[in-house]
Amino acid sequence: MKEKIDAPILTGSITVPKIEENASRNQRCHHASEDHMVRLGFPGTKPVDWNKKALKRMRELLKRNRSLRLYLDICVRCGSCADKCHYFLGTGDPKNIPVARQELLRKVYKRYFTIEGKILGGLTNAEDLTEEVLDEWYTYFHQCSQCRRCSVFCPYGIDTAEISMAAREIMDSIGVGQKYCNEVLGKVYDIGNNLGMSGPALRNTLDFFEEDIKETTGVDVKFPLDVKGAEILLVSPSADFFASPHVDSLVGYAKVFHKAGISWTFSSYASEFANFGMFIGSYSIMKRVATRILDEARRLKVKRIVVGECGHAWRVGYSFWNTLIGPFDFVDTRYPVPQHICEFTLDLIKRGAIRLDKSANDEFTVTYHDSCNVARATRMGNKDGGQFEIPRALIREACNKFVEMPKNVNREKTFCCGGGGGLLTEELMDLRVKGTLPKAQALKNLMESRQVNLMVMICAVCKAHFTGVLPHYGIPMETVGGIHQLIGRAIVL
Amino acid sequence: MSEHIEVGNKKIDVDEDGFIQKWEDWSKDIADYLAKTEGVNEMSKEHWVVVNYLREYYTQYKIAPMIRLLLKETGKRLGQEKAVSNKYLYELFPSGPAKGACKIAGLPKPTGCV
Repeated sequence: MKEKIDAPILTGSITVPKIEENASRNQRCHHASEDHMVRLGFPGTKPVDWNKKALKRMRELLKRNRSLRLYLDICVRCGSCADKCHYFLGTGDPKNIPVARQELLRKVYKRYFTIEGKILGGLTNAEDLTEEVLDEWYTYFHQCSQCRRCSVFCPYGIDTAEISMAAREIMDSIGVGQKYCNEVLGKVYDIGNNLGMSGPALRNTLDFFEEDIKETTGVDVKFPLDVKGAEILLVSPSADFFASPHVDSLVGYAKVFHKAGISWTFSSYASEFANFGMFIGSYSIMKRVATRILDEARRLKVKRIVVGECGHAWRVGYSFWNTLIGPFDFVDTRYPVPQHICEFTLDLIKRGAIRLDKSANDEFTVTYHDSCNVARATRMGNKDGGQFEIPRALIREACNKFVEMPKNVNREKTFCCGGGGGLLTEELMDLRVKGTLPKAQALKNLMESRQVNLMVMICAVCKAHFTGVLPHYGIPMETVGGIHQLIGRAIVL
Repeated sequence: MSEHIEVGNKKIDVDEDGFIQKWEDWSKDIADYLAKTEGVNEMSKEHWVVVNYLREYYTQYKIAPMIRLLLKETGKRLGQEKAVSNKYLYELFPSGPAKGACKIAGLPKPTGCV
């Protein structure tokens, strides 16, 4: 039952692998069950006329997203993207070269939606949408973490993530869905978060933290839930209530609110910031998931919405909320909606409202992992590059020893952790381990040359993924942490 | 999806990752069986402390306990002043608390970014 995990040896430098056809062809994620599909409004199984239905959906997407048609039309096969994808660098499978991945959709687009493809077919690289092609789609569009690193290097800015989202949406529309994302989305519909943690379980969990902080510090730090009229609604990824090291950042958030003396609340209805609707490319599901937060902000009559450490959801919140579910004209418009917890905390430090004792983190030499969606799909604060500068400024406030990652894996050139885009699932472990190779090389290098022993980040996927994967490279899971974990340790209560 | 395991003379439905599908199907024999698939050769007293707590918590809350709660409660039940460490839990269950311990205890696999 257990797949063999084949972790490459770390050398500390990133190299381009030899091409190996079909190297990751067998790395496939579980299919969503009929129940999971129907719950989201998709067909439970693949219909007999799936081909016709898939092309119909594709036509709709091409009409709705002009960018999709543009990206499919303009690639000149220059090869700039060839060595930029972590899954290609890790596996050597040529279908993981971004242009080859795009080509899987592009050849079908050509066949059915361009004049030359309709007339000349295979002579123009056009191909029929067959069972085999669909099978390749399922495999390789679930080997794209939608991290958009390739698009940074593409001279035309072609966004492979958008192409992979479209492919997943087409597949869902014919009953071919992925279990990991679709099961989780069903839980958000039914219970309110990815974990499936009910209100009573959430309250019990928060009670634990209150008692634990009281025991260890003697201070009554509260974790309020469903408080009407609170100033701030805090929405974090639900992994923050459950997993390690995520919970340590949760403790950090609460200590910041406590010390700042601002009233705040979690919500048991809107207990999830993550929004996997984006991963599967579904605008309507993304909207339905995000609307829970809007509705709850209204119901609780909060004045501000602050969000926790979650990468892809920051894209949904920062880049999409306003047009997706806005306008947020009922909250205090002097503040951004949503406001990132990092921006919120840094502002408090700058104003002297909270104080940090950096020496509390002296046991750590810290580096920062830019999470792909934060780095390449958003901004933070009111200055260009704030998504890079605000987290770094916060780390520098919280510790004495901070080391940057090398330039080729940092900021907008950061590599995906290896588990983003809805691939954070056990059956893809071998692929995920290999996809982590570029970032693990850089980290290994810093651990040896600069004695780095903690890599912090602001994404729940990255935290869970690295914690599970780095041990395969001989790097301890305790090397992974969150920014508010550092804050929580350093804040003077 | 119609996969199953056979323990004793009983056929038990499991999902693609080997997690049992029905809560009421669980038994100590099944726990012993599943333990072996997760790198636990023999269920010791310490293993049972974790597994029993997971089952109690799940009965009440329909979810596994948050990691720190599990560590603290396990520590208490083992007669320790302090919570057990995450590392200790991984020594007991090499595939980790979420995958290994939950599977052996008959809980569904935790979902999301965990």
